[in-house]
Amino acid sequence: MATFASGGRCISRPFAQALLNTLRQQTRPTSRRFLLTASCADPANGLGEEQRQIQKMALDFAAKELAPNMQEWDEKEIFPVETMRKAAQLGFGAVYCDEKFGGTGLSRLDASVIFEALATGCCSTTAYISIHNMCAWMVDHFGNDELRSQWVPRLASMDTFSSYCLTEPGAGSDAASLSTTARKDGSHYVINGSKAFISGGGESDLYVVMCRTGQAGPAGVSCILVEKGTPGLSFAKKEKKLGWNSHPARIVNFDDCRVPVTNLVGEEGQGFSIAMKGLNGGRINVASSSLGAAYAALEQARDYMKIRKQFGKSLENFQYLQFRLAEMATQLVASRLIVRNAAVALDSQDPNAVALCSMAKLFATEECFKICNSAMQIFGGYGYLKDYPVQQYMRDCRVHCILEGTNEIMRMLVSRDLLTER
Amino acid sequence: MSGLRVLVGCKRVIDYAVKIRVKPDNTGVITEGVKHSMNPFDEIAVEEAVRMKEKKLASEIIAVSCGPTQCQETLRTAMAMGADKSIHVEVDAASYENLQPLHVAKILAKVAQDVKADIVFTGKQAIDDDCNQTGQMVAALLDWPQATFASKIEKANGDLTVTREIDGGLETIKVQLPAVLTADLRLNEPRYATLPNIMKAKKKKMEKKKPEDYGVDIGPRQSILKVEDPPVRQAGSKLDSVETLVSKLKDAGLVPS
Repeated sequence: MATFASGGRCISRPFAQALLNTLRQQTRPTSRRFLLTASCADPANGLGEEQRQIQKMALDFAAKELAPNMQEWDEKEIFPVETMRKAAQLGFGAVYCDEKFGGTGLSRLDASVIFEALATGCCSTTAYISIHNMCAWMVDHFGNDELRSQWVPRLASMDTFSSYCLTEPGAGSDAASLSTTARKDGSHYVINGSKAFISGGGESDLYVVMCRTGQAGPAGVSCILVEKGTPGLSFAKKEKKLGWNSHPARIVNFDDCRVPVTNLVGEEGQGFSIAMKGLNGGRINVASSSLGAAYAALEQARDYMKIRKQFGKSLENFQYLQFRLAEMATQLVASRLIVRNAAVALDSQDPNAVALCSMAKLFATEECFKICNSAMQIFGGYGYLKDYPVQQYMRDCRVHCILEGTNEIMRMLVSRDLLTER
Repeated sequence: MSGLRVLVGCKRVIDYAVKIRVKPDNTGVITEGVKHSMNPFDEIAVEEAVRMKEKKLASEIIAVSCGPTQCQETLRTAMAMGADKSIHVEVDAASYENLQPLHVAKILAKVAQDVKADIVFTGKQAIDDDCNQTGQMVAALLDWPQATFASKIEKANGDLTVTREIDGGLETIKVQLPAVLTADLRLNEPRYATLPNIMKAKKKKMEKKKPEDYGVDIGPRQSILKVEDPPVRQAGSKLDSVETLVSKLKDAGLVPS
């Protein structure tokens, strides 16, 4: 991009550079000004005092520890171990695990508020933290006390990082067709197969692996923990991704990988159910990460509209952009409500929780992606530059429409619920 | 000298990151619908008190805030950071607009006597009115020694050795207890309250008081005449010669003519 088209004319590179530098200083994510606090789009709306305190702390952490680094982590593909451990010290490592073994003991709604707040600082890192939380919950909720006491404290402190291993190269949306096997051999399981798109793969210390111990279909799946360093566990090359660059994704291979039978989470044959229950929360978590990205993008677009002048007036005076901004805020608030509604459903074990989580993930991830994309459009040519974080929010939250069950699978789950005869 | 009781003053102020807007009628600044948080210097004072407790130097930390109901949020934050209990001295929103450092100092002095504090700790100043008076006034009212602008606090037998940030350098003084301390920016870096501590803070005791309970009259001693935005910087102009520059400077009275 040597020149930037502007009202039919072109401006020179040096001028553009000077302008860019000025604007860059004004729209740094580090100098957050809480522009939308107390506005209709404020994420604190509708929360109780304690949730507001939690949210405030998470927003502070996001503004001071995540936002100043998100662009560097993205560009250099840094897995920010120390920052995440710092987050874990505050209780973000096992937010909705029981307090008995070191979890924070909060609700899914609290977790949603937290992940939304953290994602305003770095959507990608928050998404990984949320996956880790999902793994920790699966161990905490379905594991026996021996497994829980062994792993939950280390997961809560993020001394141990974890990865969720369900998808395989040949089993994506049709997860129940997975072909990784675990054969019992005395006091061990011998695992063979491979898992694809594993977030944290290669860096994580603990892999929560869904593998087949019995017949075909979901009833033959079990959930087994595999530690990094187990002979037979290996990792393929680091994938190159559009976003989510602050944590690696790799194929994880199991080649006669022997783990003790005590690493089984829950019972044999329960694995698919564990995986799906984990994902209900996981879907709320990624949707919440989308909310944070969209909120940050909206806030920055709003700020830019006040600074940027074209045709002799600032962008905030153009009705098209005013309306667009209003639509974005409306999309955001609607998304937030549907996500929090699903979180409450999960907390109260509502029989419709699966469909409500699916709806929330479908709606919020798509709307929030659109918000980030629209925010980028408001920034014009500058929005396309990596100097501005707005494109990163767009790239990071795009994948939320694909993973934790694609949004097509979400539609399937919702329609299945609707078409069931009751 | 263990077992010190530390009273920490925590003011609720407009958050440092907020763009301050003056009210259209010039009576003050807009506070409604604006993000507020604990005065950053008070936060440093709370942090230092918590560290003193962790070092077994202090045994109890009591946070106190004077102002409207929302101050309770600030006190919860202080308790989530590690204060043991708190006192909210409720001042209604209208009276609060005219609450001055002397009023607050009188209240803090009374509270300090009431709770038998060994140390009254405040921020060096609040970032809203930048008065930098409350701590000093508390010391005067109680007739206690004061160590203001502290950037380092160490115990020395029965006393405290305090490094103060003064114009042109650092000054190290020794203060006898009881004393008033005020925190400067470089004293420490406040911690984030952890999630479990935020939950626990909810169960900590918060006493609710009124200025009358301490016999303090908060009637205003001064009134605010006008609050205005700083003048907007005027655009400069390019001049073609030194002569014009000099004559312009003379016209503006910036150089003797």
